Amino acid sequence: MVVNDMMKRVPVKEQEAQVRAKNFEEVCLGYDLEEAKAEASRCLKCKNPQCRTGCPVEINIPEFVRHIEDGDIKGAYDEISKYSALPAICGRVCPQETQCEAKCIRGIKGEAVSIGKLERFTADWARENNIKPQGAAEKNNIKVAVIGSGPSGLTCAGELAKKGYDVTIFEALHEAGGVLVYGIPEFRLPKDTVVKAEVENVKSLGVKIETDVIVGKSITIDELMEEEDFKAVFIGSGAGLPRFMGIPGEQANGVFSANEFLTRNNLMKAFRDDYDTPISRGKKVAVIGGGNVAMDAARTALRLGAETYIVYRRSEAELPARAEEVHHAKEEGIIFKLLTNPKEILVDENGWVKGLTCVEMELGEPDASGRRRPVEKKGSEFTIDADTVIMALGTSPNPLISSTTEGLDINAHQCIVAEEVTGKTSRPGIFAGGDAVTGAATVILAMQAGKQAAAAMDEYLKNI
Amino acid sequence: MYKILKKSMLSDNIVLMDVHAPRVAHKCLPGQFVIVRPDERGERIPLTICDYDREKETVTIVFQTVGASTKMMAEYKEGDFFADFTGPLGLASELCNEPLEELKKKKIIFMAGGVGTAPVYPQVKWLHEHGIDADVIIGARNGSLIILEDEMKKVAGNVYVTTDDGTKGRKGNVNDCLKYLINEEHKTYNHAVAIGPLIMMKFASLLTKELGIPTVVSLNPIMVDGTGMCGACRVLVDGKVKFACVDGPEFDGHLVDYDNAMKRQQLYKTEEGRALLAAREGDTHHGGCGNCN
Repeated sequence: MVVNDMMKRVPVKEQEAQVRAKNFEEVCLGYDLEEAKAEASRCLKCKNPQCRTGCPVEINIPEFVRHIEDGDIKGAYDEISKYSALPAICGRVCPQETQCEAKCIRGIKGEAVSIGKLERFTADWARENNIKPQGAAEKNNIKVAVIGSGPSGLTCAGELAKKGYDVTIFEALHEAGGVLVYGIPEFRLPKDTVVKAEVENVKSLGVKIETDVIVGKSITIDELMEEEDFKAVFIGSGAGLPRFMGIPGEQANGVFSANEFLTRNNLMKAFRDDYDTPISRGKKVAVIGGGNVAMDAARTALRLGAETYIVYRRSEAELPARAEEVHHAKEEGIIFKLLTNPKEILVDENGWVKGLTCVEMELGEPDASGRRRPVEKKGSEFTIDADTVIMALGTSPNPLISSTTEGLDINAHQCIVAEEVTGKTSRPGIFAGGDAVTGAATVILAMQAGKQAAAAMDEYLKNI
Repeated sequence: MYKILKKSMLSDNIVLMDVHAPRVAHKCLPGQFVIVRPDERGERIPLTICDYDREKETVTIVFQTVGASTKMMAEYKEGDFFADFTGPLGLASELCNEPLEELKKKKIIFMAGGVGTAPVYPQVKWLHEHGIDADVIIGARNGSLIILEDEMKKVAGNVYVTTDDGTKGRKGNVNDCLKYLINEEHKTYNHAVAIGPLIMMKFASLLTKELGIPTVVSLNPIMVDGTGMCGACRVLVDGKVKFACVDGPEFDGHLVDYDNAMKRQQLYKTEEGRALLAAREGDTHHGGCGNCN
């Protein structure tokens, strides 16, 4: 039995910062059974569990935690599976600290129950013991198409398959998983063990996945509905278009979008010697931005051998990345240049990046987002030496689908207009959710949208 | 998996393949491209579409073996499979979108440089099928690099072959040939399409600008996904950043910043670029560039 102060979490094992800064193995090593049981015993089993209200997919948290405490891990997995098809992923990348764990009553006087790590433990145990989620008893042979195999698409497809629908996911890239595969790095979310396994779980529910199909190019939504007899379509195509700053020097060699840098490394596995993909490994890399993607890009560049900077125009308090990611990045030796904004990328005679002219910022009045607006400090320009600059400024939805689907409304940000709870778009039978609707957000919010849309699609399909 | 139904060598290092890819074959139009990933560990390689057969559901690709990946692709035989073959990507040639009446009024000249002849072919063929016969200049360094001449003759008005060393057809580059046609043979053209190496498109565009002939070029920069996700293929057109994969690959030849495009292409594509990459990266350099595996 692990001896534990009930006010404190059972600590989770991690790779040492100096060791992991040089490899792509997972940072967090997760709980073992004894640790998980000890942590589960900290749950107060509230009659009116607040944690559940913090979970976008409303997992019955006290119930699965109770199963863990009892040592019935299969029971815990079955309980989670009622609500989520991707627990090993969510247990790793959900911002639990602002969701379920933020509402945990234990958190008032001590540390909240480590719900995310318990979810991860349960899902990993199920995978290692070859336990699969339960599929539908009866198939209804009604065809439904899901566009995109990221978190919203996988969730929507899994939910519909459980209701008996004949679901096909169309994926533009050569591998299923969307941002889980091309965006989030191996050291946060292992691809072969975790992502592939959960994609396989969704397939085991009867979902078919066709890769290499770019809806809007290879086929349109109207053709899917008219020629291939899909009765309803869910668009979960994400927010894949990178933004650039529009500053001088941005066309230089050595300037990448975080999407390109991460895709080369994660999807195309440039970090592995047995893959052909080239990647420019900088010696001094500046990553512009302060979100999770910026942290991922910086920590990837560091692992590829570079001295790495995060350049962010606001202060530490405003960093949009998860606290855990910022903490890990600092431990690993990423240098944070906060209240700093790039003005120009300096280019050498060969057209390559040689540095970055920045200006110091200070925080002024709050802006529309409620965060204090950064203002330039006059005359504070300085230069950061860098041979690689990675732009991690956020992404917006790809217009390939909206521009080829007549009558599908989008807003000024290229986001598909969809009803909040149902995902209904301006076209009957077409639903949408995740980043394609909201712009770049989190894995779990995309899953919530996929799940809610599946319910609305079921309702729609029963009534046509 | 996508089966290779036919393979032939158009020269020592230029390969033609017909690949069974039903979805692409049903939808593709001249000017578009595909991305091929030979095997599970390969790169995603963008290649222009040379021809397609909607009934046989095949797409024809032509590529020159330049780096490690295209060399590996060239080793595939008839009956082998590519892991991935996706598309069609990019916008169709603007010729396909113009009203036929307008198009028929045009005197069109295609300037094809080397392996750039491959993406020119489906455009000329498409025009031919719509009752328009365009003239085509096919240029290369020497006679052994002239490809698709016979096929082109079947669908074009006049085909002019020209080589830098004079080993086939006329002597000189495509620009010399165009100047001769206009000055000495009194041909007139009011629309040009130039496809080939960047340096050739740059000089062809300079010439046609001088001659007052509107010109379209097709760019083939470094890409990863081909759907607008990575931004690797960004080019400067009229001072604005465009993504070749979704905004192109065709652009107004008189507005493209070729010097910037050439610098960006050096990154992984050219021997010099790869050598530079290796030198810059020193100890942290890791294979993949095709030179140092």
